[in-house]
Amino acid sequence: MSTETLEKVIEKKPAEPLFSKRRKKLVTDPLIDDNPITIQVLGICSALAVTTQLKPTLVMAISVIFVIALANFVISIMRNTIPARVRIIVQLAVVATLVTLVSEILKAFAYDMYKELSVFIGLIITNCIVMGRLEAFAMGNKPYDSILDGLGSALGYSWIILTVAFFRELLGSGSVFGIPVYSYISSLFGPDFKLATNGLMVSPVGAFIILGLIVWVQRTKTGYVEH
Amino acid sequence: MQQSNTYIIVYSAVLTIVLGLLLSGSSQLLGPMQQEAIALDKKKQILGAVISGEELAAMTPEEVNELYASRISSTVVNISGEEIKEEGLTAEKVEVAKDYKKAAEERAYPVYIFHAAGNPEAVDSYVFPLYGAGLWDAIWGYVALETDMNTIGGITLAHAGETPGLGARITESGVQARYVGKKIFDESGALITVIMQKGEGKDYDDELHKVDGMSGATITANGVNAMLKSYLSHYEAYIKSKSTAAPEAVAAL
Repeated sequence: MSTETLEKVIEKKPAEPLFSKRRKKLVTDPLIDDNPITIQVLGICSALAVTTQLKPTLVMAISVIFVIALANFVISIMRNTIPARVRIIVQLAVVATLVTLVSEILKAFAYDMYKELSVFIGLIITNCIVMGRLEAFAMGNKPYDSILDGLGSALGYSWIILTVAFFRELLGSGSVFGIPVYSYISSLFGPDFKLATNGLMVSPVGAFIILGLIVWVQRTKTGYVEH
Repeated sequence: MQQSNTYIIVYSAVLTIVLGLLLSGSSQLLGPMQQEAIALDKKKQILGAVISGEELAAMTPEEVNELYASRISSTVVNISGEEIKEEGLTAEKVEVAKDYKKAAEERAYPVYIFHAAGNPEAVDSYVFPLYGAGLWDAIWGYVALETDMNTIGGITLAHAGETPGLGARITESGVQARYVGKKIFDESGALITVIMQKGEGKDYDDELHKVDGMSGATITANGVNAMLKSYLSHYEAYIKSKSTAAPEAVAAL
């Protein structure tokens, strides 16, 4: 296999520093240049669904970071033993186990969050980013690099959904992390002044609009064109 | 590299066993904490019918447990409104969701009695559980009746899978507040309950049996209406017995 020869080449060199340039790139690339949501257009459904408020979105982001980094690590350790013909099933089994663990932990320690997110936590299993990173990276790279790659992709996903959630909560509910920003602002201008919230932002349509704007801004800056 | 079939089968089996053990182990470990969280959530829902959601959200789990223990007592009644006295049967143990599948006559009906602050004898309100079907999945809740056994003191509603932003709005305090002060019986004493209307934004302040609806969630609202109607009618005998009972008898409960 080609990956094996690649590893041998790396092994001959002196040990790579813990945060070498290549490894830094593994984490930073998916943040902007190769962002899973805005460039690869993966994991859109949860980005639309959970982002009405910041708090559940943050929990979702942490869960996804945990699942992707750990799944990448576990699959990378197992990569040389996984039978090629059932590898997708093996990957799914590992991801499903991790996701179930996350949901069990939430159920025990943050029941309110669990109630709010339950369906979407379960759906991390089918989040294309997770399977995508396992197939594209963890199956052919060493554990430490795989963790970095997983972290990078998960952080790229997280900052996008947090940004979307920030605007949706601010414009749709007039608050940030549950703090009623709108009512503070309007109280500055006297009792008759009222800021109206936009109901569109609470529905998934709002997420499409914000996401579209982010993609637009980003592609204008980076000059990225889809072929 | 092609592995043999034996390798694949053994590999899959070992993987399944390892992952299975991991999951059942974690479930065993976390189980008691999850049970506690579920019990606390139920108490919060019951209390939510009688005190405001903001107040409840600010409380620690210990405070919720303490408030529940000091202010709520409970009993179980049958459809004729008679108390069921069975060994080991408490209102907290009755699973309304499971009983829902039985015929109405065979169900056990829990009643939660909220006592006035500082006076454990006096009754502040009666809280009745509700259960029914929304658009996608189950909906449930608790409705509190004041001691006239006619005025709604508060309601909490919850759901398993209603549409976020539409039917799921039944959990919002703004929607639930619309029920406060409405009456369930008309002047002749017939059970009308409170009907959530289609459409949103109208003023129903003067209508005793109507509340404003939720735009885009008429089917969920219909579910809430049906649930209120059916459960209040199952409790009707009990409610009537309490409203006609002498005040001392009520206080003695």
